[in-house]
Amino acid sequence: MAAERDEPGRNAEREPLISVRDLVVGFGDRLVLNGLNLDIMRGEILGFIGPSGSGKSVLTRTVLGLTPKQSGSITTFGVDLDEASRADRRAVERRWGVLFQQGALFSSLSVLQNVQVPMREYLKLSDGLMDELAMLKLEMVGLKPDVGEKSPSELSGGMIKRVALARALALDPDIVFLDEPTSGLDPIGAQDFDELISTLQKTLGLTVFMVTHDLGSLYSVCDRIAALGDGKILKAGTIDEMLESDDPWLKSYFHGKRAHSMADAEARH
Amino acid sequence: MDDTPGFSVERSDGALRLSLTGAWTAAAAEAVEETGDRLPAEAGDAKRVVLDLSGVSRLDTLGAWVVDRARARLAGAGASAEYDALTEPQRILLHETAWHDLTPQQRARGSVLVNTLSDVGQAVVNAGRDVVGGVAFLGALVAAIGRVATNPKRFRMTSVVFHLESVGFQSVPIIALISFLVGCIIAQQGIFQLRRFGAVAFVVDLTGILVLRELGVLLTSIMIAGRSGSAFTAEIGSMKMREEIDALRVMGLDPMEVLVLPRILALVLALPMLTFLADLAALLGGGVVAWIYGGIGKEVFLSRLQSAIALNTFMVGLIKAPFMALVIGVIASIEGLAVKGSAESLGRHVTSSVVKAIFMVIVVDGLFAMFFAAIKY
Repeated sequence: MAAERDEPGRNAEREPLISVRDLVVGFGDRLVLNGLNLDIMRGEILGFIGPSGSGKSVLTRTVLGLTPKQSGSITTFGVDLDEASRADRRAVERRWGVLFQQGALFSSLSVLQNVQVPMREYLKLSDGLMDELAMLKLEMVGLKPDVGEKSPSELSGGMIKRVALARALALDPDIVFLDEPTSGLDPIGAQDFDELISTLQKTLGLTVFMVTHDLGSLYSVCDRIAALGDGKILKAGTIDEMLESDDPWLKSYFHGKRAHSMADAEARH
Repeated sequence: MDDTPGFSVERSDGALRLSLTGAWTAAAAEAVEETGDRLPAEAGDAKRVVLDLSGVSRLDTLGAWVVDRARARLAGAGASAEYDALTEPQRILLHETAWHDLTPQQRARGSVLVNTLSDVGQAVVNAGRDVVGGVAFLGALVAAIGRVATNPKRFRMTSVVFHLESVGFQSVPIIALISFLVGCIIAQQGIFQLRRFGAVAFVVDLTGILVLRELGVLLTSIMIAGRSGSAFTAEIGSMKMREEIDALRVMGLDPMEVLVLPRILALVLALPMLTFLADLAALLGGGVVAWIYGGIGKEVFLSRLQSAIALNTFMVGLIKAPFMALVIGVIASIEGLAVKGSAESLGRHVTSSVVKAIFMVIVVDGLFAMFFAAIKY
């Protein structure tokens, strides 16, 4: 345990934190995911891509236990949540953080209280330290201290994303699920976001599952990329492996005009 | 391996060495805080303190913050405090969470008396703003009517018919049922109370006048405020919430003409018709009860009714209906347009739309009662 924590990243790979096997999820007659297999390794940043409506969010929600599956198994931290007791489930839920696409901040609470919700629920801390920690998390995601007193409805879209990330990180989770974290952010904000994710991965050994369409994030922070198509994983691998793929969708995704300018920019660095 | 956070103290040539052990993570949050708070005390008045983190198995932001806070307190007490034997991730983490004062500023709190007075003042100002806003909105509505009247092509007939159906036609069953029941209740109570004076026959006068002058229109207005006023606020409000109103504006469409006018017009047309229906249903209810409880046959009931009420009794109720509709429609539209970005605000405005509309309907009814009494109608 200690070794993994101290040397996260490459050395700690090959141990799946979450593994999905033969997953089938559908609504009515339509199967969204059909026999999907995916491993999320400890300490990696996995970028997850796929066309709109291909079931990226459905997969995330199924792993989190929000959408029921028809068959298949999902093992999280070595626990099958279908068979886990309430206490085991809670123990797992305490170890993950989720950033929803729209932020999902509690509108009746202030920003600071939003970040403190998981802390109050799971940690026994003095109010003073809890305030300090919540402010620290807000500062880590790049927000000014005076944001803490505001209510979520007073925030801009980008700020909501940041507060939601601060809340997802409140308990120093082992894995965070990010649903399009950089959409709606300006490029500088998105870059800060990427840097923050990468710092957290290096220092805390954080594992990141990121649904994203941001080519910048895919190039700069993702260790591995998985592409979803036809209810299965089309291909999973490093960015270089993705670039070499023959799949038509991946080809147009990574060799389109935008991707090219991005790759050029990367090469120039 | 024992993962509880702890530390050992060691003194060597003037320096105090605090060797931290265990996992300093959120999993043991209580112990981390308690142990971290003990660190500065343990150091006492040592001039030089070295924090050795090589024995720490795991460190997260919570642990790093607590450790660095302890270091800052030592430094604040005049000692030189530094880290030793940091691994690279620990160094980055401690840098990332470097201690600085983050205690949120407490907002200044005034005395209870001052707060109460300022709340009262605020409420008065808000009420005043509501009145001004209502009048301004009415003006804008009249202007929109003027624009549409001079350019009838801009009139949205389809929209009016649609709202007429949802406001008028679809509320027929509930309005008829409620009015029928209230007619029954009034007649029943009337019979029981009037029987003591041997004046059962007057129940027809009582029911007829009460229903036609007041209750028919009042019940209908309150029902419509709850049913359609809330729907208007919710519809307009959710459009406002998702910037749909702004989308209309930038396309050169006036929300007043597109959204508000058809709804208010539909309401102004529907409410008199519904009031008429409510009057009929309530009289029917009264007649049924008078027949069953009071033994008043239908010929007697009808002839007494004819002598008790005149056209003006009926008209008093009906004249009020369009004004009630205007009050409900204006309040619903103002509240809808006042919705801000969140669903919470939508809910708040729908509630206040219904409450304000019902309140104003009753106030307007009172004003009309005074008016009709003054002109002896």
